[in-house]
Parts: sequence; structure tokens; C-alpha cells
Amino acid sequence: MNPSVTFGGPLATALGLVGAPLLLGVINKTKAFFAGRRGPPLLQAYFDLVKLLGKGAVYSRTTTWVFCAGPIVGLAATLVALLFVPLGGVAATFAFQGDLFLVVYLLGLGRFLTVLAALDTGSSFEGMGANREVKFATLAEPTLLLALLALIRVAGSPWSLSPTLGNISTASSLGTAPVIGLVAVALVVLLLSENSRIPVDDPNTHLELTMIHEVMVLDHGGPDLAFILYGAALKLWLFATLLAGIVVPVRTGNLAVDLGATTLVALAVGVVVGIVESSMARLRLIHVTHLLVGALVLAAVALLLAVGWSR
Amino acid sequence: MRHALDFVLVTLVLTDLVLLGSSRLTACIRLVAAQGVLLAFLPLALTWPELEVAAMALAASTLLVKGVAFPLVLERAMRDARARREIEPFVGYTPSLLVGLGMLGAGTWLADRLSADVVRSPLMVPVALSMILTGLFFVISRKKAVSQVLGYLVLENGTYVLGISLLSETPFLVELGMLLDVFVAVFVMGIAIFQINREFDHIDVDQLDSLKG
Repeated sequence: MNPSVTFGGPLATALGLVGAPLLLGVINKTKAFFAGRRGPPLLQAYFDLVKLLGKGAVYSRTTTWVFCAGPIVGLAATLVALLFVPLGGVAATFAFQGDLFLVVYLLGLGRFLTVLAALDTGSSFEGMGANREVKFATLAEPTLLLALLALIRVAGSPWSLSPTLGNISTASSLGTAPVIGLVAVALVVLLLSENSRIPVDDPNTHLELTMIHEVMVLDHGGPDLAFILYGAALKLWLFATLLAGIVVPVRTGNLAVDLGATTLVALAVGVVVGIVESSMARLRLIHVTHLLVGALVLAAVALLLAVGWSR
Repeated sequence: MRHALDFVLVTLVLTDLVLLGSSRLTACIRLVAAQGVLLAFLPLALTWPELEVAAMALAASTLLVKGVAFPLVLERAMRDARARREIEPFVGYTPSLLVGLGMLGAGTWLADRLSADVVRSPLMVPVALSMILTGLFFVISRKKAVSQVLGYLVLENGTYVLGISLLSETPFLVELGMLLDVFVAVFVMGIAIFQINREFDHIDVDQLDSLKG
């Protein structure tokens, strides 16, 4: 392994840590453009984070340590997961056999603690949000695993994310285009549902009856809310870069070009999310299940096709 | 041409799955028509560099019969029967989708067992088998007579793909003969649906049992 690659992993992670909130800004700018407004500044998410970190937190007397642990573990789990996800062709900081399972379950751990914290408040609304979050997660998690397994099968690589994404190059992508396409569609649905965007959840709404993620974090404030916001931004970044690395596989071997191209595509994913949010309404909760089952089926078909191919 | 062939096969699988998940009969008929159009590409894709007359004749007749004639006959039958959607299938739409996945898995496994020599694309036999199984499942899981005809057509599309993929020297005359058979069958079924509807005022096959004696 040449030194530039080992240096690339930490650089990609650092880029994610710094750039993740920018993705939220890109989405909001796109939505504002479609609504004919000027919209919040591109860096609004950073301002929000700084503002929230400077505030104190108020805790209800019914809550326990679980309520405080929720945001911290949620952010920590996403941070660790980010260390294992490659930025396009640039290998991640850490990689080992089977790291994709660790990534999926780290995201699951973060979700679990967020749900526990929501239940800990004893508020009926937060319980409802937790209920929905877990219900959709039962469909989203197997979809993510199946999609990643299909990618590994297509790339013919060891069971690790970094070599898998490294092997998907433009040269080999024509023959495997159907599988990559199916995985990409499944990942788009996952990106929307896992990051509580329209059509699954509306990040702007404050009507508890229709919310999923927002309702779970209603009682958090100050630094806790900042952790949750930052964790959500990192999760969005993680999914967007994963999608970007698959859809536009730039593998020149030049670190700066690879990093820049994948980051640009990830920001373009943000624009696409903004367009989706501007042009669609939130689905009824019962239809969200259908959407996620559809994504699950697509990912499973991709895996079966990949298996059929390599026979 | 290998890539185009794979693309057609994957799209066939996807139309199957969408068919299993949709309740509107018009949409279902359109999907099966789309399958017919896709099937018309197969003989051309298989003989690609040289354009054989027989292959072109098969493609043209497939397009005409499966892509145009069947949808017309079935939409007419549907309109006469005033049946817009499948109301309560025996198996719901989401479970149907999962069964469809199982069928694709079964097709892949069976194709592995068959160890048919794959000259064109390793996907052809699995896709064909899964289409046959999906068609059969569609016939037994839906209640409306129109849906059952659609299931029969999907089954037939599967045998078409299987026939093309297993025979290295595809006897196009046999395929054309099969096409004629299916055409007559669908024509007869369209008339039968019309008659069932005129006699019983619905085409719910499930209720026909209880009218006996």
C-alpha cells in the first residue's frame, strides 16, 4: 500500500467531519431556490451548531442518565462508522474483513440509544416517534446490508468496504451497470428514509403527529441537540458519499482528484435531495412501508443478479 | 450485445416484481405489454451481428401479438367487465413481492442445478425460470379472471425466454407456432371473461365455486 493511500483515509474522514453540515446547507439552498426564496446562508448549520454548543441544557426530572447518553452515543457511533466508510476510491482510515457489518450495526447502535433516550422522557409523542423510527429501521437495515453485499459480490473483493469501492471503476461498470443501478436506487431510498428527509419524514415539520426523527429529539436542547444535529449531518454525509462513490466512480489514483470529485458528487446528491424535497409531498406512513419494501426488494434482486452473474 | 441482453433480462425481472405489487388492472396489462415489447428484442439481441430474416420475423410477430394485440383484447375484456382493480387477492401485495423475490432465488438455484451451458448470458435461465414461477403464483394468488390471464401470459413469456436460451439453434418456426397458440388462447380467454361477466355480473373467479348446484 503506497503512503498516499494511508494518508488519504484520515484526510477523507477530516473532510467529512468539516464538510458534513455543508451538505445540509446545500439541501436548504436548493429548496429555497425552488421556492423562490433566498433561504438560509449556506453555512447556517455551522452557526446553529456553534449557537447550540454555547447554550446550557435543561433536563426534565423524569429523565435518567439514558436521556443524556442518547445524543453522545448517537454521535460517537456515527463518528466511528465514518472511519470505516471510504470516500469513493480513497480507502477509509480503517478497514478489515467484515467491516461493513460493523458500520451497519454502529448506525443501529446510534439509533437504539436515540430511541431509548426518546422513550426515557416518558412523553407519549416521543414514544410514537420511537415506534415509527424502529418500524422503518427494521426494513432499512436489511436493505443496507443486502445492497452492500451485492456491491461486494459485483466488485469481487474481500468483505470490506474500502477495497469494494476501490474495485468499482468506470471501466468495469458497463457490464455490472444493472446491479450498480439497482443498488444505487435502493441507496437513494435509504438515504431519504435514514436521514428523515421527504418523502419519508419532513425535517421542517413541527407537528408531532407526523414526525419521526424530529419528534424523538424534541426534549433535547443545547449541546445535546448540537450533538444530534451534527450526528445527523455526519450520517447524511456518510450515505451521500457512499452513493457518490458508487454512481460516479472516479478512480484516477490521484488523491486530490479522487477526493474532490467524490465530494462534488456528494454535494450534487444534496442538490438532488433538495429537488426531491421540493417536488414531492411526504408519503402517508402506510406508504412509507411500501417504499422501503420496494427498496429492500431492489437490493435483494441486485444481490441475486450479482450471484447469478458470477456463476 | 451482451450488455443489452442483460439489461433486457433485468428489466423483465423488474416488471415481474412491479406486477406482483400493483393492484390496478390497467397498470398490470400495460406491464405485461411492456414485457412483450422487451421479449421482441431478445431474438434480435441473440443473433445481433447478422440480421436473420427468421429472427426479425419472430421479433416483429412477438411485438405485434404480445405488445399490441394482447393488451387490446384484455383492456376490452376489462372494460366490458367493468373491473378496475384487484380488490382482495389471496396473497397481499407486499407478501407477493417477497414471494417474487423467493421465486427469483428459486430460479437462480434451479438454473444452478440444471447446469445448462450458458452461451449468451448466465442470467437467461434464472430469469426464465423465475418468470415461469411468478406467472404460476400470479394465477393462483389473484381472484379476477383478467389477472389470471395475465399470470398465464407471464408464465408463457418465461417459457419463451427459456426456449430461446436453451436451444442453441433456435427453431424459429416452433416459437412462431407457440405464439399462434398463445394468441388463440388469449383470444378465447377474452371471450370467456366476457361470457362469465354477462352470466354472473362479475369476473371474480373465487365466487364461481359457490354457484354450483
